Amino acid sequence: MEQQLWIWIMVGVTFTLYIGIAIWSRASSTKEFYVAGEGVSPIANGMATAADWMSAASFISMAGIISFTGYDGSVYLMGWTGGYVLLALLLAPYLRKFGQFTVPDFIGDRYYSNTARAVAVFCALIVSFTYIAGQMRGVGLVFSRYLSVDINTGVFIGMGIVLFYAVLGGMKGITYTQVAQYCVLIFAFLVPAIFISIIMTGIAIPQIGMGSEGADGMYLLEKLDGLHRELGFHQYTSGSKSTLDVFLITAALMMGTAGLPHVIVRFFTVKKVRDARKSAGWALLFIAILYTTAPAIAVFARTNLIQTVSNKPYETLPDWFSNWETTGLLTYTDKNQDGIVQYVADPEINELVIDKDIIVMANPEIANLPNWVIGLMAAGALAAALSTAAGLLLVISSSVSHDLLKKIIYPEITEKGELIAARVAAVFAVILAGYFGINPPDFVAATVALAFGLAAASFFPAIVMGIFSKRMNKEGVISGMVVGISLMLFYMMKFKLGFFGGGTSEDWWFGVSPEGFGTLAMFANILVALIISSQTAAPPKEVQLMVDEIRKP
Amino acid sequence: MQNTTVNNYWKTNLKYLGILLSIWFLVSFGFGILFVDFMNQFQIGGFKLGFWFAQQGSIYVFVLLIFIYVFLMNRLDDKTLE
Repeated sequence: MEQQLWIWIMVGVTFTLYIGIAIWSRASSTKEFYVAGEGVSPIANGMATAADWMSAASFISMAGIISFTGYDGSVYLMGWTGGYVLLALLLAPYLRKFGQFTVPDFIGDRYYSNTARAVAVFCALIVSFTYIAGQMRGVGLVFSRYLSVDINTGVFIGMGIVLFYAVLGGMKGITYTQVAQYCVLIFAFLVPAIFISIIMTGIAIPQIGMGSEGADGMYLLEKLDGLHRELGFHQYTSGSKSTLDVFLITAALMMGTAGLPHVIVRFFTVKKVRDARKSAGWALLFIAILYTTAPAIAVFARTNLIQTVSNKPYETLPDWFSNWETTGLLTYTDKNQDGIVQYVADPEINELVIDKDIIVMANPEIANLPNWVIGLMAAGALAAALSTAAGLLLVISSSVSHDLLKKIIYPEITEKGELIAARVAAVFAVILAGYFGINPPDFVAATVALAFGLAAASFFPAIVMGIFSKRMNKEGVISGMVVGISLMLFYMMKFKLGFFGGGTSEDWWFGVSPEGFGTLAMFANILVALIISSQTAAPPKEVQLMVDEIRKP
Repeated sequence: MQNTTVNNYWKTNLKYLGILLSIWFLVSFGFGILFVDFMNQFQIGGFKLGFWFAQQGSIYVFVLLIFIYVFLMNRLDDKTLE
């Protein structure tokens, strides 16, 4: 059957499924809207968290990034999974025990201050908006690449779908659609990976195939290191970044993961504290399935790609090469006019430019898989982008309707009024996110990865100190959060956007990249918080009792 | 619940956290980053060991750590609430 037709069928079927689930799981109270009525089972919550967490970037770009950077790509693998250990051990059970709706709820109550609450709302909005704009753009890109509709039309379709089930179902609708989306995306990711593993190594498990021998009896990784040396790239299995930078980036991604409000809030949706711990375990297991497959795909695709194109006459290249050339993701310029593809590290001689996203997207074609697999890939990529966008949307809408309106500005609001406000806020957030998706400001691409730095520098220490230190008071934590997030914003604007005089990697403080700076900003946050709190009054008795209460079984 | 019971519960919890987080640090920041060159001298199958920890092993250990913590804490909860 036609490839286009398959794609439309797969996308159509999955979208119908999401809409069906949304109608079935409408939210009728604020508790259902914000935390799905606290009735989600740990496994379902684990799947929903996994889908929430894995964005368009995880699905489409991550394997490609690893493929082109080799060992350096490990920062994402360790950083985006290791954060769940912190989440399960240091945050999720206590926040569930505390038992409110949002992260600013915890900060506001634990630090007995609406100023702290307002700072937390501000941080949540900044983190979520930098993230969601990238997701809407991702939806548009998937539509345009697979279905050859205009990017903006794609964004509109995505907005419509998310709006429908997020506004109608709130957290309840989002949770159950995310369960479905997880199944779609993991299936779509694994099928081509397994096929390629079998083709390249004869082993059906990509995680093992990656470390096995190819058809010529040589270990794939050894062969890849050899090819890289020949072509002048740095060795695949060793890095080019400094150890300090790798360390700090990994740490920032881990603590950022544990501090992202849309992930934390998922643990408010389970029935009891035990379930919060358990569902963090399930979430990481479901994430690990994709995250351990991605580096395998990276190795297969890289080896395959180099062997297929390097030093081959342009005329004899397979069909997929020219298919992807028309999308602009592959560009070949015959600099020395010999008709042969020179793919090397030296930019003067190199004739082939490859976009990282191609590694996952062209996988099915490179492995000659049937057309329905390509349709599945499109549906999977959309599932990844939509599920993350919906989770973020909910954080934005609850920050406005619950944290700002109900808790600070207008406490007398009725439950019904708050529910309406939550839905109105969700509509506005979708429109704003869609606007950024259609007119992406330059800073979006640069800052999505930095959302983690921002979360690491603000929420993570504030919440952990709130649980593990009874002495930490509002003065300490507010100044800590303000210092942490301002430092991070400053560093990001200076080195990523060229504000405050800009600067290159030569000017980085201690040689630390903006991606890794979140770790330093977090330490600054903690240090300031400790110093200020030791000079000011201890928190009131009832707050200390509250901390005792959340520590009890 | 008595104060000493609650205190012991919290202390045991902190002990578990200390042990599990040390392992968490060791497999990722230790084997995968700080000692990666040393670990790369060893090989399992086609993997250099340090590279394997950075791209595969640490993730498996992370999953295990959470489930071990779930097991330990459920046991501790039951014992404390008896």
